[in-house]
Amino acid sequence: MTRFVLGRIGFYTLIAVLLAFFTIPLLWLVAAPLTSDPTYEVRVPDFTLDNFRAILEHPYALPSLLNSLVLAVGTALLVVVFAALAAYALSRVRLPGRDALLYALLLLSSIITGTAAMVPLFQLAVELNLIDSQFGVILILTGGLLPAAIFMLKDFMDSTPKSYEESARVFGASPLQIVRHVVVPLVRPGLATIAVWAVANVWGNFLMPYLLLSDVEKQPAAVIMYTLYTEGGQANLTLLSTFGLLYSVPVVLMYLFVSKKYGFRFHGGIKR
Amino acid sequence: MGLRKRSVGAVAVLAVSTLGLAACGQSSGGDSGGTIELTIAQNAIAGGKNAAAADFLANWVAPKFEAAEKAKGKDVKVKFIPSGVDDEQYKTKLSLDLKSGKGADVIDLDGIWAGEFAEAGYIKPLSDLVGASADSWDGWQQIPESVQGLATFNGKKYALPVGTDGRVLYFNKTLFQKAGLPADWQPKSWQEILDAGAKLKTAGVPVPIQINAGTAMGEATSMQGVLPLLAGAGGEVQKDGKWTGASQPLKDALGLYQKIYGGSGLGDPKLQQEAKGRDKSFQQFAGGKIGILMEGDYFWRGVVNPKDGVAKMADRDQTVGYALIPAMEPGKGLRGQDFVSMSGGALRTVNPNSKHPKEAFDLLAFTLSPDALKEETKDGNVRITPRTDVNKEILAGEPLLTFISEKVLPLTAYRPPVAVYPQVSAALQEATAAVVGGTAPDQAAADYQKKLEGIVGGAGNIAS
Amino acid sequence: MAQATSPLEVIDDAPARRFSSDAAGLGRLRAGAFVAPALALIAVFLVFPALWVLYLGLTNYRLTGTAAVEPQFVGLDNFVKAVSDPAFWNSTWLTVQFVLGSAVIGQVVLGFTIAWLMRDRTGPLKRTVEGLVILAWILPSAVVSFLWVALLDRDGGTLQALLHVPGFAPLLDHPMLSIVIFNTWRGAAFSMMLYGAALGNVPPSHLESARLAGASGWQQLRDVVFPHIRGHILTNLLLISLWTFNDFTPFMLTAGGPDGKTEVLAVHVYKVAMLGQELGYGAAVSTVILLINLVVAVFYLRLLRSKK
Repeated sequence: MTRFVLGRIGFYTLIAVLLAFFTIPLLWLVAAPLTSDPTYEVRVPDFTLDNFRAILEHPYALPSLLNSLVLAVGTALLVVVFAALAAYALSRVRLPGRDALLYALLLLSSIITGTAAMVPLFQLAVELNLIDSQFGVILILTGGLLPAAIFMLKDFMDSTPKSYEESARVFGASPLQIVRHVVVPLVRPGLATIAVWAVANVWGNFLMPYLLLSDVEKQPAAVIMYTLYTEGGQANLTLLSTFGLLYSVPVVLMYLFVSKKYGFRFHGGIKR
Repeated sequence: MGLRKRSVGAVAVLAVSTLGLAACGQSSGGDSGGTIELTIAQNAIAGGKNAAAADFLANWVAPKFEAAEKAKGKDVKVKFIPSGVDDEQYKTKLSLDLKSGKGADVIDLDGIWAGEFAEAGYIKPLSDLVGASADSWDGWQQIPESVQGLATFNGKKYALPVGTDGRVLYFNKTLFQKAGLPADWQPKSWQEILDAGAKLKTAGVPVPIQINAGTAMGEATSMQGVLPLLAGAGGEVQKDGKWTGASQPLKDALGLYQKIYGGSGLGDPKLQQEAKGRDKSFQQFAGGKIGILMEGDYFWRGVVNPKDGVAKMADRDQTVGYALIPAMEPGKGLRGQDFVSMSGGALRTVNPNSKHPKEAFDLLAFTLSPDALKEETKDGNVRITPRTDVNKEILAGEPLLTFISEKVLPLTAYRPPVAVYPQVSAALQEATAAVVGGTAPDQAAADYQKKLEGIVGGAGNIAS
Repeated sequence: MAQATSPLEVIDDAPARRFSSDAAGLGRLRAGAFVAPALALIAVFLVFPALWVLYLGLTNYRLTGTAAVEPQFVGLDNFVKAVSDPAFWNSTWLTVQFVLGSAVIGQVVLGFTIAWLMRDRTGPLKRTVEGLVILAWILPSAVVSFLWVALLDRDGGTLQALLHVPGFAPLLDHPMLSIVIFNTWRGAAFSMMLYGAALGNVPPSHLESARLAGASGWQQLRDVVFPHIRGHILTNLLLISLWTFNDFTPFMLTAGGPDGKTEVLAVHVYKVAMLGQELGYGAAVSTVILLINLVVAVFYLRLLRSKK
């Protein structure tokens, strides 16, 4: 009995420590936007709305969030659809050398997200006439995220039972119909997770959108965030903290929406 | 299930429409009819970095130039392309654009990039692009020789200078009074700076002296730290095509760092290591915690500016004093000077890829006409323009900028505008970081020389 | 790569094996058609530029100056320069610490612990804990870096205020530990979700019988849970190691300092390629990072497949 009580105490202490660890860094994001002349110090806010007013008057802040949405949703869709198709096929049919190929692509994807790749990617975009095109940014970001997405989704596909597909096949469904009506519902939490993962990746990406989009009207929030500094490079914390909060809200809302609607987890489409 | 289907459909529609929109959104960049479309770009953006400059280009230059051209019977449309990122990232983007035959018709760049851009063929001599009218521009007579030098590479003018700046020693008069130091302080040697620091320390000032060091501050360490000190010791980072290695001036400059940060308590070594160290030095100066600070005129205009600085000082004009940066000892500075400084400045030029170089040059010259410069610098946005005629008028009410324009600019020095300079500068910053971290100045200088050899292609390019 | 042929085999669950593999009757041709769009995008926007980067690593290419006009083929010079540069080895060693500390130990252990604690729970506690952990993962890094500067700052930082130790400067005195803890916080969500799902696949009956047989908590973990989730551990380690190796976010907290003590390889490449504009050399260092990642991956595969 005492062991049980001690266990409970230990459990809740651990949970409290975890909650503190994950909450304390977030305090600034809650406090600073509501504080006049914020610094890096977390203070009890004086609940001013001036900072929000300043952001609303900013000519590019809110439109840039819309641009972020376009890039993120576009990329997430392409990544989910293409990765799901590819992962399903790779999971069910043995293509020669698939695992080696998949892993090689995964390794290459790390090089393409680095700084060293900016010149090749830029020149590629120039050749393909994708400069100043949000679609171009979407394609390039999709290319970089696909290998990891396929890798993760294949895990999902591997762990779903195949009996449903066999029954569907007996009833004469085409492979595409089977994917659409049998496989997708089974791996829906996985697809949702990959979508959120892709959105979070695109949402924070600064370098590619900045290099490829010259027109400020097309630039996402990650780029606008970098403009809230002075000519000498000093952070304008009034605008940065408030915009940081607004910039974070859409991803959090999306996570809440997705997790409520589809569940939010890796692997194991159904319980066994 | 029905609901789920509908939402999937909605997402698909949204996706298709966004992709469609994005595809349509590609800019064509051509001309419509007889209208000449010009674009002008600067690392400035409304609501962010250099907002006033962005406002000036978009809302004054564009309409006024269009009207002026219309009066001449030309149909010209001007569009400002804003941007607002780190200078390094702006430079990267600009290089990529120019390399690929893109970019705005009129572009701004930092003077220090001129050489490497010219070497890469990204910018061309103005006379090659627009003919003799570039060299006969009437503004040249108003621009001092040294400022013209910013825009000159291999004897040819590649751009028009947009402005210049200078470095001084700022000091807090309130703290000086507490330490028994004069309000019109002007040190004549490094020792006098150290002596003032010692008095400030005795008077309880937490950070008596702040001279930027370390890698975290980047180019601010070079421009507001090691380069003015190097000049004060009679040295230059590059002279007659040869780079300066572990020379005595460098050892002297690093020696001063050691005297400030090596345990004397005259400076705060930790501040030099922090990622946000420079921001903090500003806040600490504004908060009355720093006695002496080496900075550029940006500090006065953009940091402690009581109106819109990042570390406002309501009593700036009364509290903040400024003095020339002394040589190590009188007469020991660069060119035998008693006082030294460093300057930089922006350039504006015509993109060699422009379809309308002549009109682009007209726009460029228009932005640097007396009227335009006066308009740009009104309402508290005063800065030192390249034109003497304009400076005389606009700097009248600005004591610090007048001081820099009249006292500092005649004795200032510039950085070598070559492609490897950023790496050399980084190596210098590392040397200061090493000294702040406890390495002996001679050792740090020797390490610098070794690194320098790797950067500039062997010991043959280093003056012995 | 011969030994790396089937990293994913391990992940296949035993029940799935009982069915014939190609259940939907896809056939190779249609499977190829399913893979084609992804592969086409990858070929154009990933493989091609990546190979280009590998090639740039063999040149003295720069973004500006004369080397921008006529880059010279310099063979392996960049690689020789890298391995003879102490700064490169310093960065490599720091990266090893960073990956081991924050990914392999920090994220895996913390992620697994949370998943284990929450395994049988439902309701608001589970949602709150998981939500907060995931929040740290999805917030944009530009925002997150401000949060952590505010937390760790040496004057007025939240941590200092909480601990009441004036002069405590974590980012300067313990820079590597700071970014390790930061990255653990940042990335634990991925491991938590992965292990959460994996634990759901451990048959409760197995755990029950182990408990009845008197196995301690640790023995249950080792003998029942671990064999079931070994494949997930492999996937997890592969991905987070790769991501952490290439993570640039520490730069926003420490700018690589103080004195290069947090200049991990990704930051080193940024400094070389973006600030120094030496793209050829930067590409060569990126290639070395790729090779290190390859070695690490092969190591993981060997380690976790050996007991099969």
